Amino acid sequence: MEASDAAAVARACAGDTDAFRVLVERYSRKVFRLAYRMTQNEQDAEDVVQETFLRAYRRLKQFESRSSFGTWIFRIAANAAMDLTRKRGGHEQAEQSIPETEDGANPLAQMPAPDPTPDRILLSGELKHKVESVLASLSPQVRTAFVLRHYEGMSIEEIGSVLGLKLSATKNSIFRAVQKLRKELEPLVVHHGEARAAHPD
Amino acid sequence: MKEVKKVKHLSEEDLILYHYGEWGGPSRAVVAEHMSVCGPCRSVYRDLQAVLAAADVVEVPARSEAYEAEVWQRLAPSLAAASPEGFWLRFVEHLRGCMWSPGIWAPIGATAAVAVLVVSAFLAGRFWSGRQQPQPQNAVQTVSAQGRDRVLLVAVGDHLERSQMVLVELVNTNPQRTVDISAERERATDLVAANRLYRLTAARSGESGVADVLDELERTLIEIANSPSKLSSPEFEDLRRRIEAQGILFKVRVVDSQIHARERKAIENVARKSS
Repeated sequence: MEASDAAAVARACAGDTDAFRVLVERYSRKVFRLAYRMTQNEQDAEDVVQETFLRAYRRLKQFESRSSFGTWIFRIAANAAMDLTRKRGGHEQAEQSIPETEDGANPLAQMPAPDPTPDRILLSGELKHKVESVLASLSPQVRTAFVLRHYEGMSIEEIGSVLGLKLSATKNSIFRAVQKLRKELEPLVVHHGEARAAHPD
Repeated sequence: MKEVKKVKHLSEEDLILYHYGEWGGPSRAVVAEHMSVCGPCRSVYRDLQAVLAAADVVEVPARSEAYEAEVWQRLAPSLAAASPEGFWLRFVEHLRGCMWSPGIWAPIGATAAVAVLVVSAFLAGRFWSGRQQPQPQNAVQTVSAQGRDRVLLVAVGDHLERSQMVLVELVNTNPQRTVDISAERERATDLVAANRLYRLTAARSGESGVADVLDELERTLIEIANSPSKLSSPEFEDLRRRIEAQGILFKVRVVDSQIHARERKAIENVARKSS
């Protein structure tokens, strides 16, 4: 795949539009998946797909074969999604807190008491809603790192390359996302059968 | 976890890395062995797995089987509209190839060399347009001017993204006892010269907002470029605090987003005119 990507990029750089079409068709579904996970909105995700390939086309000559085309296009997609997310929600570097209700209470904490059967929660869509809320509350960088690791199966090294982060910063982003998910979801999905008092965590 | 055999317990970070197959410590078998005898670690790991499995309930909406072709159909007209820029970029690269002379360019670096050429093409175009003002402009001249402006927008956008990368890396670095910022320093040095050219061009073009942010960015880049290659933890924290206090990363991102929006609008205008 990588060799044929490189060949397609070379042909596209030489003005062969069909070669660029090959790349678009090869990666558009993956880019949509990443964009949707990032924006959580179908229309926004489609806009990100469009913007990603447009940016890629304009910068095709800047593509250096040091990384794979897949990593490069994900990097552009992640940036496009982060730009859109910031524009929509004013996300900044600090992680956004989960929206508070008027009386200042965390809506997640106000949801019905944990149901003992996760299946029921799943069926009612509450769990889905909660996962989406937590992901939406993460900063764009942390969310991107988690989405790429958890849903797209990219290695931490590749994610660092996509986000332009060092290994330690990439790991920290993933840790922060998982910690937040644990904090919000554990009361719903975990049954504390075994004593955990001895564990430092 | 440092030594699994003597281990007391695995940390949450260890377990996350283990879960994702990114465990960099002793072999996975050793970790698995530890968990088989350590109830608390096993329990925490099971909880973690349950939470991460729960994250999978969010599904991506299905796309049609012809999705790839649909994306291409939507994209193709915009690519056609982008062709004038392709001409300008090729022109700039051609100039770069012809004019490459280490004696002239080497001291200012490759990034600045590209900036010089882009800005020169832009200013030459403006000058030419200015001389033509008494005559009515025809459609070709208008499109050329738009293409030239877009070259500059793309170049400044790329410059801002490269600058952002340097700042983000510094802001996100975890300070150890000493922090080696030689790579960031080198990139900042290269970016300073290019930044100066873009700032002057922006000021001359009446883009005062862009020029102001580039001015602030330049001061930050100069500070990074003039820092020692290796910083102690307090020195690094000090540098990072100054970068964060200026809010420069946020400002650069805002201008970068605005420039991308203008790029998109420019493409739409050219597409409208050509149709």
